[in-house]
Amino acid sequence: MGLLSDPNRRKALTGLLTRLNTPICIVCYLAGIVWFMGLAFEPFTLRTYMSENAMGSTMVEERFSSGERALSLAKEFDAHKRKAGGMPVEWLVKAMQSRGLEVFTQSFSRKLPFPDENKERYMVRGTNVYGILRAPRAPRTEALVITAPCSPGNTNNQAVALLLALAQYFRNQIYWAKDIIFLVNEHDLIGTQAWLEGYHHTNITGMEYSPLQGRAGSIQAALSLELSSDVITSLDLVLEGLNGQLPNLDLANLFYAFCQKLGVLCTIQGKLQRNDWDTAEGYTHAAQTMMLMVLKQACGRSWGDHGLFLRYHIEAASVRGINSFRHYKTDATTIGRLLEGMVRKLNNLLERLHQSYFFYLLPSLSRFVSIGYYMPAFGLLAVILLLRALDLWVHLGAPALAAVDGVTEAEQPSSPGVLTVLTPVVISHLTGVALYLLPVHLQEMAVEHFPVSETEAVVLTAIAIYTAGLALPHNTQRLLSGEGTEQGWKVLKLTALLYLAVLLGCTALINFSLGFILAVTLVPITASITPHIALYAVVMVLLSPAFTILYCVFIYQELIEAPVSVSEGWMLFLSVISQGILDHALYGSLVYPLLALFIYPCWLMFWNILFWN
Amino acid sequence: MDGTLFRSVNKFFIIAFCLDIKSYKSFMHRPDSFFLATKMAAPLTLLLIVAVTIRAVLFRSSLAELISARVEVVSPLNAWKRVVEGLALLDLGVSPYSGDVFHETPLMIYLFHFTVDYAEIVFIVTDGITALALYLSIQTYNKDVFRKQKYALESDRYSADCLELLRSPKEMFYIPLKVAMFYLLNPFTILSCVAKSTCGLNNAIIALFIFCTLKGSALLSGILLALATYQSIYPLTLFAPALLFFLQRLYIPVNLRRSSFWFFTLQYAFMYVGSLVVITGLSFFLLGSWDFIPSVYGFIFSVPDLTPNIGLFWYFFAEMFEHFRLFFSCVFQINVFFYTIPLSIKLKEHPVFLIFMQIAIISIFKSYPTVGDVALYMAFLPAWSHLYRFLRNIFLVSCVLLACSALFPVLWHLWIYAGSANSNFYYAITLLFNFGQILLVADYFYAYLRREHHLTHGLYLKKKDGTEATLVLK
Repeated sequence: MGLLSDPNRRKALTGLLTRLNTPICIVCYLAGIVWFMGLAFEPFTLRTYMSENAMGSTMVEERFSSGERALSLAKEFDAHKRKAGGMPVEWLVKAMQSRGLEVFTQSFSRKLPFPDENKERYMVRGTNVYGILRAPRAPRTEALVITAPCSPGNTNNQAVALLLALAQYFRNQIYWAKDIIFLVNEHDLIGTQAWLEGYHHTNITGMEYSPLQGRAGSIQAALSLELSSDVITSLDLVLEGLNGQLPNLDLANLFYAFCQKLGVLCTIQGKLQRNDWDTAEGYTHAAQTMMLMVLKQACGRSWGDHGLFLRYHIEAASVRGINSFRHYKTDATTIGRLLEGMVRKLNNLLERLHQSYFFYLLPSLSRFVSIGYYMPAFGLLAVILLLRALDLWVHLGAPALAAVDGVTEAEQPSSPGVLTVLTPVVISHLTGVALYLLPVHLQEMAVEHFPVSETEAVVLTAIAIYTAGLALPHNTQRLLSGEGTEQGWKVLKLTALLYLAVLLGCTALINFSLGFILAVTLVPITASITPHIALYAVVMVLLSPAFTILYCVFIYQELIEAPVSVSEGWMLFLSVISQGILDHALYGSLVYPLLALFIYPCWLMFWNILFWN
Repeated sequence: MDGTLFRSVNKFFIIAFCLDIKSYKSFMHRPDSFFLATKMAAPLTLLLIVAVTIRAVLFRSSLAELISARVEVVSPLNAWKRVVEGLALLDLGVSPYSGDVFHETPLMIYLFHFTVDYAEIVFIVTDGITALALYLSIQTYNKDVFRKQKYALESDRYSADCLELLRSPKEMFYIPLKVAMFYLLNPFTILSCVAKSTCGLNNAIIALFIFCTLKGSALLSGILLALATYQSIYPLTLFAPALLFFLQRLYIPVNLRRSSFWFFTLQYAFMYVGSLVVITGLSFFLLGSWDFIPSVYGFIFSVPDLTPNIGLFWYFFAEMFEHFRLFFSCVFQINVFFYTIPLSIKLKEHPVFLIFMQIAIISIFKSYPTVGDVALYMAFLPAWSHLYRFLRNIFLVSCVLLACSALFPVLWHLWIYAGSANSNFYYAITLLFNFGQILLVADYFYAYLRREHHLTHGLYLKKKDGTEATLVLK
């Protein structure tokens, strides 16, 4: 408290911070970036370890042996799927019933706000089939879920078949203490969403579904299975869920432990682990893996069916079989055993997974970076905004000098009116609201007047409003509040800096990756902006949120080793925007509203400073 | 030579200033008071209309339900859901205090027994009344301050070089309006009103109490203070500033050996305690039982409900072993009452500022604070806008309060919905928020004392060796 009450020391500190403001900010920025890149360096990360006692010590012996039968089932399923031209509901119900499960179906329908061109769907109508294996050894208050999406074409047949084979095997075991729900969902995430909402009696996205007839206990964990070939070379673990939420790290540890035990190659972000961390390639590899995770997490969508479970406090992950041109192959029996082992360990749980971390980044499956290590990287970036705000506060004159020592200060200059600051803020936010509401609501009008499809109409309207926003605010502001003063833009910048700092801080807490990416692009320009410099205008546009998305698209493609040309990248960018809007409407992803209602208006406030008159 | 010149120039300024005051006075007591009324009434009416519109729109929107479930906005003491439950029990002929849901006072439940259908209007009107009461109080207070400043100037009690510290009618003219605006348009008040938290009613009673006190009506002040105490106990500590104010107003010196002091103190205490007894007795006759005493006051003191809120109690008491509970609840509760004594001694010349300090301390240290409580003392900040130059941490404090207000819902989401954070995260923000509030109050306290010091000792302090001196609070 001495620092807060002793005016001399305060004066010294404030003086230091204002005098060295720019160098300190530059150092902070560089340190933040370096810190972040350093996170992928193996000596700076921690080795993963199992925290959950109930899953750590007990060794189980996997006995699942009907992999071959599963493969023949897959063929049968495929045939029925073709015949039904969709999900063979009756066959599935019979198959599950014959394996001794309590079988129920749930039908659902959903009209998308606009057609989804990636998956070619608009009016979605489907059925979920699920069977419950009742636990013989416990009061049936808890449950586990294994889910396999029934995808169109001949993908994912093996997953459904393996699910059925596992159900048959599990039925004959006596050690289950939790109900096990085997769920085959149609239309991937939409089906999962309908089932989860039905299970928990909620309706947050306006889905129409029939109520569930059968329930098990509260769901403790879920595994989603995606397999499209008879043999696989490696298994990929997908963790990123809706809004960048991650399951407890113990779930990843569990998967890794069983892969090690059964000798299955396992990857994360499709990247194998390397042992040569001390070479440049080794580091680059880890950094790429981590960057992929950051990008996937930042986009806030669910990267597998597991992603929607996380919202209901259910730890979930997707296991995806990958068949590449490697020699080393794994057959269905081994995958079955792996799942058997994982489910048995989850069955041992006494309480929900909570011992291990929820906030982490994974540079490889055996290494992790916890929140305590990665938050400083963000903190270093965020502190720049606060330092600049402090600097402005001091430069705004009287109040700050009074803060140092109220005595020496003469009469304060009259501060700019509230209107000068309020007008740009309100107009920016109204533009944000327009960007949020109009694209979906105006699609019909756009389709009528322009030769575009609905999806294109939505995306192009969004881009048009975004661009129009650049022209609008700084013109209207002048009309309303008259001549802007030197003080005026400083007060606006101070407001905007604090606003951005709070905004990014809150974002980073919920979704670190999103907050960090936005901070990396927004902080340098917002911290240094002053009016009337043409160069700033160019840099500002190049670092605006929309361009950030564009860069992320290119970087992502580069990282997954599928580089795209500029025009392909542009098309991808458009589809990313439409997916973002769809994710918000269908599953309640928050990235689109965050960008449209908060980040973009905040950026517009800085844009306003640039044209201050 | 220089000194005399300086003095004479200063004298000139002071005279000019007094003329200014006289013009202000004549302005305030102008015969055509209608003109004055319209001049200030228009913005006030506009403000009221804006405030009512915002509230009405929010009441009609889907946000109202969301807001009324926020732990920052409603506490177990004042949640509307619980009032409805109490009303239902009352209608069934059961004591509303059976079960552990309802903790309002009997008068409150009878108020809503008749007005439950117009609850939204009641809450909006209450906010309006609070704002009006605050507006009129501060107007009265400013006149008072001005009069005192004039007498002090005329009797040469102020140091010569502190002219710039004096308050001018121009800067004071809009302060009452700003106070009303700070109350009505404060997001905290709006949230509290939309959530139908009965905190708004308590605020109205306290505001009316302040109004009556400043108007000099000891009886009404005593009655309203009793009502406020009856509602939530803690306003009890406002007894001291109210008493000091009346003593000052009647020119009775605070001297324990003077009979006039004791006479008035006993008189005021009698009015206060008498009305408290009457109100409590009335409650007993309304319900026919003393159930409400443990249910309301026991609930406030022993803190059995540990639902998280923006206060300091819940986390400590959730973590505590049961046999320490009594001791620590005493320690925590003492905080509210204890500061009354030193503050009353230090601020005995400035009872209105003392009222502000007390309200702030109550809202920080009470057992179930909500943002509505915070809003009440924040409304007074414009009244101290002349202290602005002496505030030291206002930037830090506003950053902290702003960030915390944004982080409360975020960390609540992470803890309760996402399940990835835990109570420590939320409590960390609670601590930071209260730290910010304490720093704010301490800062204003320091600034107030410092201004008073400068007024008597001159603005440019010199050390013994002639160098410039700085004041340090230790």
